[in-house]
Amino acid sequence: MIPLSYYLVLSAILFSIGTAGVFMRRNLITILLSIEIMLNAVNLSFVAFGRAAGDLDGQIITFFVMTVAAAEAAVGLALVIALFRHKESLNPDAFSTLKW
Amino acid sequence: MPETITFYLFAALAIGASVLVIGQRNPMYSVMLLIASFGALSGLYILLDAPFVAIAQIIIYAGAIMVLFLFVVMLLNAPREDAAEWDRTHPLRQPGVTRWGTLLAGLLIVQLAWALGKMTDLKAPVATKTDAATVSSVTELGRSLFTRHTFAFEATSILILVAMVGAVVLARREGDQ
Repeated sequence: MIPLSYYLVLSAILFSIGTAGVFMRRNLITILLSIEIMLNAVNLSFVAFGRAAGDLDGQIITFFVMTVAAAEAAVGLALVIALFRHKESLNPDAFSTLKW
Repeated sequence: MPETITFYLFAALAIGASVLVIGQRNPMYSVMLLIASFGALSGLYILLDAPFVAIAQIIIYAGAIMVLFLFVVMLLNAPREDAAEWDRTHPLRQPGVTRWGTLLAGLLIVQLAWALGKMTDLKAPVATKTDAATVSSVTELGRSLFTRHTFAFEATSILILVAMVGAVVLARREGDQ
């Protein structure tokens, strides 16, 4: 049987990869993908804690996180499309002005 | 120990695919690799006796959200970052603010390592206290979702409605009525 701590270490590694992606990449789509990695890392630790505690709340909050991730992806990608239409670029450094 | 082997296999797959998501220049490959990472996480959910979460992970994440990403990547048709721009805007070569961001990310990793180092149950299996039947029951999951968590469930539906309207408004071409 796998100890709980193994799942938490895996979750921490995935979260760190997501954080590194947000800070290091200069592409809006990849940054959104890194946020998805971070949300999934948190989901994994929720389910692992729920399994260790023996109740279902860990799994239920996972569904809410998935829903929020879907809403975030829809709004974020709509923003990406609107920004790309103005500047023809996906580099976040290109969007440094408040109006154009 | 087939369970241990399965855990390490899926964990290695998830970490490897996630690292490659960050490392790819082409967003198309990134999205595909992220789907592989989500598949590995879904296997881990099955190991944790959460089959419904595993299926939802495949259907909602890999099936719906990632297809939305793929759709936008293909729609924008901007496959790769400019190489010169990549070098110029690399965070380690920028002064000031971005370097602080990288420093804070490193601090977060140190903090996580410290918290994990403080853990005491390094050897106790995750599933000692309870049997698998209580946590893997979809009936109990649905009952809990629609009784104890009804308010959160309804609030989530409003959130989805607002996100849908927001996406339509944001992605609309200017000048359209």
